[in-house]
Amino acid sequence: MDVDAAEEFAAQEFSSVVTSHRPQIFRFLLASTRDVDLAETLTQECFLKAYRNWKHFRGDSSAMTWLMRIAINLEKDHWRNRRMQFWRHTQSHTVDVDEASEWLPSGERNAEQQLLAREQVKHVWKAVERLSQRQRTVFLLRYVEERDLDEIAQATGLSEGTVKAHLSRALGKVRAELGGNR
Amino acid sequence: MSSNGKAAGEATDRELEEALGSFRQCVHAWSETALSRPRAEAQAARPRSWRLAAAWVLGGVLAAVSLSGSLYERHHRQDLARIAAAQAARQRQLAAQERAQADRNLLTTVNYDISQAVPQAMEPLADLMDAGANQ
Repeated sequence: MDVDAAEEFAAQEFSSVVTSHRPQIFRFLLASTRDVDLAETLTQECFLKAYRNWKHFRGDSSAMTWLMRIAINLEKDHWRNRRMQFWRHTQSHTVDVDEASEWLPSGERNAEQQLLAREQVKHVWKAVERLSQRQRTVFLLRYVEERDLDEIAQATGLSEGTVKAHLSRALGKVRAELGGNR
Repeated sequence: MSSNGKAAGEATDRELEEALGSFRQCVHAWSETALSRPRAEAQAARPRSWRLAAAWVLGGVLAAVSLSGSLYERHHRQDLARIAAAQAARQRQLAAQERAQADRNLLTTVNYDISQAVPQAMEPLADLMDAGANQ
């Protein structure tokens, strides 16, 4: 296989990775930020960074875990730069927890059940808002993205024990928020 | 985990599971809708943030304050320079007056000294000087 053909193959391979993993990366970033524009921007940055480093991806973990790790770092970097924090807040379109809870599909619930479920979702959003960044990341990867503990450990660069500890604390806070508002 | 051992005020495992399930559905539904919507449409639909407007207003006020501050500072410095120049001129004038007064005092002293009468023993010498001067 010549160089051009290899590059063509890599580009096609990367393109299929984007198509299959973009929804998950976007969803994770949306749940983390509650800001559609910011989630889209960070998703684009994530795939741009991944594309530039695609030839260095050795496949030690799955492409999804590798992409999630990039996304987590990008989000961390975004909030770390305190100097620009004021201007970032002015341009932020973070929706409040009430608005975020309205996206719950009604499914087969009746009106009362739907109201109750929406109330529960609102409390979960409130609890998630109060979690530390690391707890929030672990919680969302586990309960929104339904990732296994070892995948979460790889994506966050934490040990499985630390992931379990963060998860336990995060669940405790969610449980308390749900219980305290019954 | 059993729901029986929970402390008062805490949700049961069943409630927690239901809430987490609903939360997952909510995020998935929101994400799918946001992804399927074209970005331009999403931006047009979004109301402009009051924070952005407030930031522009605040930026304008800060710029105006900064500009007026620098103008005031410049004006203040010019005033100070004018006062300093006037003070220096006044000091020079006073110094000149003091020098003139000192010169006048010295001249008075000298005039007084030379107007004294010549002692008797020196009179022949004074006559000789007068004679020499007349020649």
